Formats: sequence, C-alpha cells, structure tokens
Amino acid sequence: MTELPGAGLVKGLATTFRTMTRRSHTVQYPDQAPELAPRTRGVIALIEENCTVCMLCARECPDWCIYIDSHKETVPAPPGGGRDRTRNMLDRFAIDFSLCMYCGICIEVCPFDALEWSPEFEYAEFDIKNLLHEKERLGEWVATIPAPVALDDAAEEPKEIALAQKAAAKRQAELDKPAPPAPGPEAPGTGSAQPEAPGGEG
Amino acid sequence: MNWWLDVVLRLVVILGFFLLVPLLVGQMEHKAMAHMQGRLGPMEAGGFHGWAQLVADGVKFAQKESVVPADADRTIFQIAPAVALLPYLVVLVTIPIGPGSQVGVALDLGLFFVLAVMGVGVLGTLMGGWASANKYSLLGGIRTAAQLMAYELPLLLAAASVAMAAGSVSLNGILDKWQWYWIPWQLAGGFVFFTAGLAELQRPPFDMPVADSEIIFGAYTEYTGLRFAFFLLAEYSGIVVLCLLTSVLFLGGWHGPFSAHLGWLWTLLKTFVLAFVVIWLRVSYPRLREDQLQKFAWTALIPLSLAQIALTGVVKVL
Repeated sequence: MTELPGAGLVKGLATTFRTMTRRSHTVQYPDQAPELAPRTRGVIALIEENCTVCMLCARECPDWCIYIDSHKETVPAPPGGGRDRTRNMLDRFAIDFSLCMYCGICIEVCPFDALEWSPEFEYAEFDIKNLLHEKERLGEWVATIPAPVALDDAAEEPKEIALAQKAAAKRQAELDKPAPPAPGPEAPGTGSAQPEAPGGEG
Repeated sequence: MNWWLDVVLRLVVILGFFLLVPLLVGQMEHKAMAHMQGRLGPMEAGGFHGWAQLVADGVKFAQKESVVPADADRTIFQIAPAVALLPYLVVLVTIPIGPGSQVGVALDLGLFFVLAVMGVGVLGTLMGGWASANKYSLLGGIRTAAQLMAYELPLLLAAASVAMAAGSVSLNGILDKWQWYWIPWQLAGGFVFFTAGLAELQRPPFDMPVADSEIIFGAYTEYTGLRFAFFLLAEYSGIVVLCLLTSVLFLGGWHGPFSAHLGWLWTLLKTFVLAFVVIWLRVSYPRLREDQLQKFAWTALIPLSLAQIALTGVVKVL
C-alpha cells in the first residue's frame, strides 16, 4: 500500500501531540526522591566489628583509595591454660571517595562482610579533602544498608540456610532418639539459621 | 481633548498587547515544547510552574554587557534590533481585534500596509548580519535575504486572493465581507500564507538563517544583552502578528458566536491556537536544507497560491 504524500508529516505531528498528553518523565529531584535500582552503588559502609584488618580490600582496590592502620594487642591466655594470642586492632579505616571508582571489589573480596553497599548518594562536599570518609563516617552509613534483595522464585537456597537446616535436622534426630529427656535447651532452627549480613552478592 | 484621550488609550492598549502577548507565546513555547518532549519545562521561576521564567530571562539579558565587535559597523549594528522589532508594533496598530472601531487605526490600504511593514522587520536581521563583521553573521544575513525573496511572493499572492474575494484591501472591509464558507474556499491560500509567514519569521522548520549547528546563530551571532533579547522578542512578536493576520484574513478574525461583544476574544483565541501550531511545527519537524527551502517556495507554494488566486477568481465571477 502506498502512503499518501505528507502522511509522514501528519504522523510526526501526532507523535509530538500524543507525547504532550502523557505524563512527562522528569523527576523533580531535590523535591522528589529518585527511584533507585536495587543494589544501587551509592556509598560504601563499614561494619567495624567485622573487620579483622586482613588488608584484602586495601590490596585489591584498583586505585588504592582505602587506608588502613592497625596495631597488635595481646589477648591473655584463658584460665584453663594455653598461651597468649595476638590480635589485630583497627585504628584507622578510611575510603577516599574522590578516588573511589565504585567498582565494589573491596566489598566482593571482604571475607567477613565488613563492607557493604549503601544507596545513599548525597555526600557531595565543597572541599575535595572532605570526601575522605574515616571509619566513624563509614560506620554511619551502616544504618542505610538495605535488606538483601529477595531471591528469585526458582533460585537455589542460600548456602547458609541449607547448612543451618542440615544442623537443625541432625539435632532433631538426636533429640528424637532417646525418648525420655525433656525438650532440648535450644529450639530447633535458631542459631545461625539466618543469612547473617545483608547484601548477599549474587 | 476627547480625541487625544481616545488615541492615547488605543496606543496604550496596543503597547500592552505588544509587550504581553509575545511573552505569553514564549511561555507557551517553553511549556508546550517541554511536554511534547516528555519534559516539564521551567518549574522554579515565580513558584507556580515557572510562570516568571521569561521575566527572569529578561532580567538576565538586561544585566549582560552589550558588546559591539571592533570591526562592526557600529550604528547599523546598534539600530538593527530596533529595525527588527518596531515594524511588528506598527503593524499591530492597524489589525482589527474586534468588530466596529476595535482597531488602532482603520486604514483603507490596511493589507498593503501590513505586508509592506512586515517585510521591513526582516531587514533588521539582514542589517545585523551585514554589520557584524562576522562570516557566520553574513551567511545568516544572506540566507535571510534569500528567504525573504522566496517567501514574500507566495505571502503576497495568498493575501491578494483574500483581497480579491472581499473586493477590498482594508482589513476591516475584508472582515465585514467574511462568511464561514471562506474557510474551505481560501484553505490553500491560508496554508500558503501561514507557511510563508513562518519562513519569513525564520521559525523552524524554516530556520536556515539561524541554523545553530551550521552557522552558530546566523545574524544574531555577535549580539549580546538587551539587543539580543530584542531580536528574540521580535521573533515572538512576529509569531503573534503572523497568527493575528492569518486569523483575520483566513479564519474570520472576530467572527464567531456572540461576536458583537466577544469578538476580541475570538480573535485572541484563534491567534493563540495558531501560535500553538507554530510551536507544534517547531517541535515536530527537523530543519529544511537551504536548497529544499528554496525549492519548496518556488515549486510548491507559489504554484499553490496562483492556483488559489485562479480559484478565487473563478468563484468570484460565477
């Protein structure tokens, strides 16, 4: 079928008019919060208690923007015997967000889930020096870490849950075998049944 | 004494119209264009949906330094914006807004006067382009001149068709004779007049003389501050005058229900609908190439307007 001459021109007018009657896409940002995607990479939060000063994050960081200072402390031997142990104490943990390229490798590599993504992004500064967040500031972001995204319907269970359920089943079996004693001190399924830290990667 | 009061009152109303309506059209362009592109347009200035955006723009332009290039022809460069702007004010004086005496000055030669003076407005751009001592300005000015040559003819022919139909070149005379069936009868003429007018105003898609991706901003390249603002204001006054003229010549101006009392409202309504179409065309179509522009005028608009004149003549004789 051949188009009438000028049909394209009319179509163009119709398109712009139709767009005008629909809602615009603009988000009035300071007045209206943007809708961020799940797992948005806004800022990196530090859960200080989890850090063992293993330095993996600082070494893996592609632009070396993580600064860690620590000292060793001696933990006296427990009363039962044994020997004194040394332990790393974190003195300083800082991320320079003027260098950070938000690759997330430090978070991926942390063996103890001490670093997490937070979606907060409003930490602009008038002086570039103030973008160096010390561990107190990094700790403040912890409150803004979102709960981990729900798994897909058909997804495999997380390893932690599978392990915990295995342990619970084992304990239940032990409880069931000798009939007489009263119910065990712990109800089944407690303990480490929850996936501990939020923000499961993958 | 009474006569003077009458004249002053009319001029004040016309000046107010001249200062206000182009701004309304400009604001409509801001908002309509934004929404046609899925945006919101100005939202902050003045608080409510950015109604004061153009006021803020005006304040900004007034604060800027007015630079005259060292090699420029100073006098010509400085008066060019006035030459571009003032003809539209003069034209407004003779366009009837409502029935009877609702017109600044009822000229017997109204149509001639209006078309002649509107042509002067384009000269302002040409003067600016020539006097700027800038190759892009010169290119823009020359393109303006070429466009003026090509589009003035269909504009005049289309207007002549209406004058033939009414047997008068007075705008009031044309409106007095106007009947509803003139709309289909003069449809082709109206299309030619409106399109050629758009081209004379250098509005997209006929904005070759200011094509910013090729020749920076054409004749306006060297202008800053208030003089630049006057050129912009001239463009919007031009839109208002063109839409006003099109509605008077081809859409019956103040004719409509209750026209005895609300005639001026009908004129304004038709003008704003046409101004919306001007904006709509700008958003929808890309810019024509210079050769396409010329070809469109000489091979499409001029034959069409001649055919319209023939049709008008045949109907008139029958």
